[in-house]
Amino acid sequence: MKVTINNQVIEVQEGMTILEAAQQIGIKLPTLCHHPDQDVKAHCRVCVVEVEGQRVLQPACSFRCFDGMVVHTNTERVRKARKMVLELILAHHNQDCLHCARNQSCELQTLAAHYGFNEENRFPLRVRGEGIDMSSPSIVRDPSKCIACGRCEWACSQYQAVHVLSRKHRGFETYFSTPFDMPFDESICVNCGQCVQACPTGALTIRDDTEEAWAAINDPKKVVVAQVAPAVRVNIAEALGEESGTISVGRLVTALKMLGVDYVFDTDFTADLTIMEEGTELIERLTNGGVLPMITSCSPAWVKFCETFYPEQLGHLSTAKSPQGMFGAIIKEWYSKKIGKTPQEMFSLSIMPCTAKKYEAKRPELGRNNYQDVDCVLTVQELAKMIKSANIDFGALPESEFDKPFGLGSGAGVIFGATGGVMEAALRTVYEIVTGKDLENIDFTMVRGLKGTREATIQVGDLPVKVCVTSGLANARKIMELIKEGKADYHFIEIMACPGGCIGGGGNAYRNWAKISARRKALYKIDAEKLPVRQSHKNPAIKEFYQDLGVKPGEGIAHKLFHTHYTDKSHVDI
Amino acid sequence: MNNCRRIDPETLKQVANLAAQYKGREDMLVEVLGQVQKIACNSVPEEVISVISKEMGIPKAKVYSVATFYAFFSVQKRGKYVIRMCKSAPCHIKGAQEVLAAMEKFLGIKVGETTYDGKFTLETCECLGICDRSPAIMINDEVFGPLKPEDIEDLISKFE
Repeated sequence: MKVTINNQVIEVQEGMTILEAAQQIGIKLPTLCHHPDQDVKAHCRVCVVEVEGQRVLQPACSFRCFDGMVVHTNTERVRKARKMVLELILAHHNQDCLHCARNQSCELQTLAAHYGFNEENRFPLRVRGEGIDMSSPSIVRDPSKCIACGRCEWACSQYQAVHVLSRKHRGFETYFSTPFDMPFDESICVNCGQCVQACPTGALTIRDDTEEAWAAINDPKKVVVAQVAPAVRVNIAEALGEESGTISVGRLVTALKMLGVDYVFDTDFTADLTIMEEGTELIERLTNGGVLPMITSCSPAWVKFCETFYPEQLGHLSTAKSPQGMFGAIIKEWYSKKIGKTPQEMFSLSIMPCTAKKYEAKRPELGRNNYQDVDCVLTVQELAKMIKSANIDFGALPESEFDKPFGLGSGAGVIFGATGGVMEAALRTVYEIVTGKDLENIDFTMVRGLKGTREATIQVGDLPVKVCVTSGLANARKIMELIKEGKADYHFIEIMACPGGCIGGGGNAYRNWAKISARRKALYKIDAEKLPVRQSHKNPAIKEFYQDLGVKPGEGIAHKLFHTHYTDKSHVDI
Repeated sequence: MNNCRRIDPETLKQVANLAAQYKGREDMLVEVLGQVQKIACNSVPEEVISVISKEMGIPKAKVYSVATFYAFFSVQKRGKYVIRMCKSAPCHIKGAQEVLAAMEKFLGIKVGETTYDGKFTLETCECLGICDRSPAIMINDEVFGPLKPEDIEDLISKFE
């Protein structure tokens, strides 16, 4: 099929849109409602082009190519129409750009800059919606900046099947909101942040906790202990303008030290600990007839989803805390004693790819006697902001090592950041503990990949262990329905709330599947090439730690510190 | 149906029974909302939407979205009788403004408001399609016109 775009004749495939065809010859048409990961919406009309023989301008995002089609993407008529569309959108968009969290990363701002608004808008400014919703520990919603593109609703319903955001009213009054504008923290929102990832403007942003972190860093009485999640090491460089999938673990540690953090530890260590605790629990359930399938509990948005929509299935969740929760308990209850401080003198800071971790840190189960195990959670985006504001040239930094004793993690812990990683890490350990034999090949490639749901059966001793890996809560919902109907004959299921796992988390630089794929490759590269130990139970730091505690996984103090319980949250309106 | 100041539990039960007949039928949502409005004070307020969502198995956000999209549905509680004044051009030329002013004066409320006793809600709407009888109004499902400001008192007083 041949199509002519701006006098260039190109060969295109059947079914391709003008937007995709134009990309092939290096024309990047402007878009707002269109997101490469999502279905076509054609709401905003900013991508309009002239198609010969068509009376009106056509949206390039939805209009499919036909043989012999002649398209002009940059005529006077097109430019005028686009400018008009932008003017109309800007006329109901609160323009406090300098104070906006999306300043310089806003798609609308970028387009406005490209199209040059030198004159005053012909239409008076009238914004919709009332008040900023600051109720959620994770997400800030400012309806005055909503441009009604519908990307948040798509992410919330299609990826996550949570259905908390939807279109409200019609015509000029339209904007996207919770039912009855109810505050996020009273709604069924699970804090995953996929809506933030989808939003082109500052209508949905991550709650900014950087001031809290700065205050602790500048407080001489506080010992600031940071933990860094596995996914952060392949995300932070990207958030600071480098290529997707750049591995920057050494520079990240240096940067945190330069910011004034006293100890920088690796959440990779507690990921290994999670495998020890969760793996032991799985073996226990398999041998003593516990509730099966057992489901992972690392992802706080998934845990909240289960509590809200499937409270009767909570018995399936592993009682092991998430790696963040475990590390918080270690910092406050164990490490504080080692360095002769009270838990209140410790400031437990965690650097996460995740907006829901902010919510998790505030869960009452993860705290005691007026203090929480994790005091402050910063997402990758917030840390990038702190690094920039501290005048640190991230690209020029030397590498440093994590502090001891919690600086050594295994390759199994690192791949926690990608969907399938927890499963693979667990299999690497459970297999060897159950059979007493070493694995010949520790790469369980059948559970890897970005396909929504993956299944495998692994022979562990006499038992064929049937496992399932899924990411994205819409996929999780399907698995939960199977469990509800008694049709899920799996032994172990890994569920991550965000599509792609933590590397697709709400706190990272803005996502698309190409970026997530690069981040995923980087994580498996660290596992395969950079780390001497690739199995959690073989991590010497883990062995030493259990010796220090004087218990085996799942017992005594380990059970007290590293396990939790869940609450039925189904009273919230669905 | 009593005058509508609140939705009583009995009404909610009726709503539940009605919605339950269409479990999983997203295509019937508009129909259900329309029928529910007739029994629930001409409106689908939050408690009613929660019941519909639960009984039909449709997320609340979706029900809410549809309910706010259509002008004939209201998520704000309305009166037993909704009076809609046509605001299209033909009625306007024939004196809709004066008729509307007369209604506002007689009912003691402005457009968009409901009388204190929960009996009448006054709204404007797009063309009712009976321009030959302009200026026209609609009270619940019944249309009236042509009207003069002095007709209002007699007409509205008929509604108990």
